[in-house]
Amino acid sequence: MADIKLEAIRKSYGRAEVIHGIDAEIADGEFIVIVGPSGCGKSTLLRMVAGLETITSGDIRIGGRVVNKLEPRERDIAMVFQNYALYPHMSVFDNMAYGLKIANVPKPEIAERVAEAARMLELEPYLDRKPRQLSGGQRQRVAMGRAIVRKPAVFLFDEPLSNLDAKLRVQMRLEIKALQRKLGITALYVTHDQVEAMTLADRMIVMNAGVAEQIGAPLEVYANPATLFVAGFIGSPPMNVIRQEIRPGRAALAPGAVIGVRPEHIDLVVPGAGLIDFDVGFCEPLGAETLVHGTTDAGDSLVVRIDGETPLPEAGTRIGLEIDPARILTFDPDGRRAGG
Amino acid sequence: MSGMVEKRGVGTWLSHAGLILGIAVICFPIWIAFVASTVTQADLVRPPMPLLPGPHLVKNYLEALLSGGDAPVWRMLLNSLVMALGITIGKIVISILSAYAIVYFRFRFRMFFFWLIFMTLMLPVEVRIVPTYEVAANLGLLNSYTGLILPLIASATATFLFRQLFMTIPDELTEAARVDGAGPVRFFIDILLPMSRTNIAALFVILFIYGWNQYLWPLLITTDPSMNTVVMGIKQMLPTGDQTVEWPVIMATALLAMLPPVLVVFAMQRLFVKGLVESEK
Repeated sequence: MADIKLEAIRKSYGRAEVIHGIDAEIADGEFIVIVGPSGCGKSTLLRMVAGLETITSGDIRIGGRVVNKLEPRERDIAMVFQNYALYPHMSVFDNMAYGLKIANVPKPEIAERVAEAARMLELEPYLDRKPRQLSGGQRQRVAMGRAIVRKPAVFLFDEPLSNLDAKLRVQMRLEIKALQRKLGITALYVTHDQVEAMTLADRMIVMNAGVAEQIGAPLEVYANPATLFVAGFIGSPPMNVIRQEIRPGRAALAPGAVIGVRPEHIDLVVPGAGLIDFDVGFCEPLGAETLVHGTTDAGDSLVVRIDGETPLPEAGTRIGLEIDPARILTFDPDGRRAGG
Repeated sequence: MSGMVEKRGVGTWLSHAGLILGIAVICFPIWIAFVASTVTQADLVRPPMPLLPGPHLVKNYLEALLSGGDAPVWRMLLNSLVMALGITIGKIVISILSAYAIVYFRFRFRMFFFWLIFMTLMLPVEVRIVPTYEVAANLGLLNSYTGLILPLIASATATFLFRQLFMTIPDELTEAARVDGAGPVRFFIDILLPMSRTNIAALFVILFIYGWNQYLWPLLITTDPSMNTVVMGIKQMLPTGDQTVEWPVIMATALLAMLPPVLVVFAMQRLFVKGLVESEK
């Protein structure tokens, strides 16, 4: 168990810098999710913590110790890979035991630790099977088990759920969270799925183009995105961005600035009565809620989330949108929060 | 595999007849050799040529094995076996190690070495046989197993094959092994070798037959009959000048020389197919 400190981490491939200086402090036992679109450098960052990529500059400390030059095995970490990376020729038991065997852990203790992990992950009936005889979810568990038996200081997850189907993903998500809580091991989890990030994270690091745009608790990030990118990336459907002047006198905007508002913070009113009007394009009734898509006169596409029992507005009708001014977030032309 | 194409009647009969005829044509010389190895020299040379096995099978084979031509056939079989196994195992060991180096290690002139190995494909034994003989002779390797094996032991083909195999193994597996704490040697032994066993089995079959069937090189490098290999030994048994010739014994030797490659194919085929079915990356 350990805390992790990232100090001005940079990574370059040749001349191209892909990570432009990231600072983060991760407390012992914390579950941190690194989230961002593909190519933002989140996996690279994780792999630098793992020791699979060299660090161009900056320091990574695990438990206070600088690990920049250490091999993965010396860092006291365990990693779960996206495609599980199980050894195809080894049984489930051997897959989990391999790291311990190398570390010269006595055989009875290996058996005990693997048995314990297998019990925790409900893998006991499968210990003699080969990975190919298991379903995707079971393979995922074996990969988890391989990480658990090592009793590492840090868990590293590299998009571990993206090869599973949607239902299993939700289930495994809960299990990973519960397991991490129970073991109290610091976890660093990379994903591109913002729902995963929201549900798993104690705190999340939202990355974009090699920069940590915001670090914070999920709800804090959701409510108070630091940049337009974060506002658009976190939340589904994303935050609405309105570029045009809204009804004069209701909110002052600097030239070029934009406002952001969450779909659930907009109410439908009669045309002309709200801050802005829009033409309904189509509706997505999801049961509990309905998403109303439409465009403003200036061409901004907006989404409004309304209660599922409200009658659906017809496509093509014009509707006014009322927005609580307290819920409006203003962004500067460079995408940062105004006044922030 | 029945019923891939459902064909009935005349077509089936015709195609079967054609195939059986083809097999008969190919097998006929082997059958003749077998028949010839079971009769006496006198029976063999008296027309008509016998087409059914005679009663002298054991006698002829024993004679071949124990006395043979210049050297007893058991000795030549042993030499062939040592040479074929030496070449096979040597080639596999060397090529898997060099492929491992080329795929997994970053060193100076890596690609240069790869192409250097690759270019030796253009230089089979027959092309470089004179200089190779010169070198082997100067090193005092004539009439030795080392001399038989060593010049044939490097294999660009096998290296290339293992390289391609290693490149299909996902990087994440390598990384998982690193995180598990496996160093380069452990990774090679615990992960790469077991994952290559199908290819090793296939290569073993191919290379064993290659080694067993070597003719020209043993002919040059061995002058002492006790170092002869069986494939070249058969040729040595053929009559020169007015020697009398024991065809039944020669035929017995030829059949004995055919046997080990056949056995290897049969034995390895099962492993090979099993490996193919079980393999997964």
